[in-house]
Amino acid sequence: MSHVSGGRLLVVTVVGHDRPGIIAEATGLLAELGANLEDSSMTILRGHFAMVLVASAEVTAEEAQRALDTLSDDTLSISVREVPHESVQAPVGPSYLLSVHGADRPGIVSTVTARISAVGGNVTDLTTRLADDLYVLVAEVDIPVAADIGALREGLADVARDLGVEVSLRAVATDDL
Amino acid sequence: MSWLPALPAGRVREVLRAPAPGLAVPSVTVDPLDPDVVALAADLLATQLASPGCVGLAATQVGETGRLFSLDVTGHPRARTCHGRFVLVNPVLVSASRWEKGREGCLSVPDFTGDVKRATRLVVSGQVPGTGAAVTIETDAFEARAVQHEVDHLDGLLFLDRVAGAHALHPRRVYL
Repeated sequence: MSHVSGGRLLVVTVVGHDRPGIIAEATGLLAELGANLEDSSMTILRGHFAMVLVASAEVTAEEAQRALDTLSDDTLSISVREVPHESVQAPVGPSYLLSVHGADRPGIVSTVTARISAVGGNVTDLTTRLADDLYVLVAEVDIPVAADIGALREGLADVARDLGVEVSLRAVATDDL
Repeated sequence: MSWLPALPAGRVREVLRAPAPGLAVPSVTVDPLDPDVVALAADLLATQLASPGCVGLAATQVGETGRLFSLDVTGHPRARTCHGRFVLVNPVLVSASRWEKGREGCLSVPDFTGDVKRATRLVVSGQVPGTGAAVTIETDAFEARAVQHEVDHLDGLLFLDRVAGAHALHPRRVYL
């Protein structure tokens, strides 16, 4: 297995109608190009296949795009773009799990996450789901050590009351073994 | 620790990191009176002590196939029952109940953490290195999680083999 390092870093986005085989086909084309998959995330959003992956490669974004275009059609769209190598930033502080649930209405995500960013908190993972009228948000957030967690919880409780949703912010403890 | 006999001075060993193939090798039953096993028990304790934040170490993690692990959860905030510093040879899980999901990290997988379901009530039996005495340990909470994590190592398993879902694997977040 060849491992490409120091080459180009390509971000590949695949979105469209879900069916079995998309991942195998898309990553198969990338493997043929000698691209090496690094981080990726895939899920199904309201029935739509949604995948973002980061691969290192010697080929250009245009070459990868051309290869992957053989897979795309009017139900599946694929885009490739080159991005700079990012140095992994140290988190601003400990991790918390933010949960929100309640009756659906516009503005829940923006209102709640604005409270997090106002104290310098950073969202590192987020999932939202809507089923019937129930809206659910679960996010992992890093909160700066200097932030006042009590005040943040109060602020979140305030917006939760206004939005008519339930909010909780729980510390994530890791057991090092 | 009361039932741990005096052991020779241990050597700090190199800890394997995934994807080292040795981490997937299941351990084999050993004689707790074998001087090599006693020496390995001392090495595990010495290595554990020399590794910051490390509460337990399985022989597998230092590239040995003997079935023994060291543990010490003394002072850990999430420990309830605590048996202090000990080494258990040929451990066997007798019973496990009250399963709870928790996030754990591992010296051999330093860049990730994962959410893993573990029993919070546990009975494990085994033998004491150097004396061969049979012991049965009843424990809970953090010590129970740690024992299961070490026994998994001895079975050639990492927490990566037990993560609770596709979104249960996390990059390790270390802040200063």
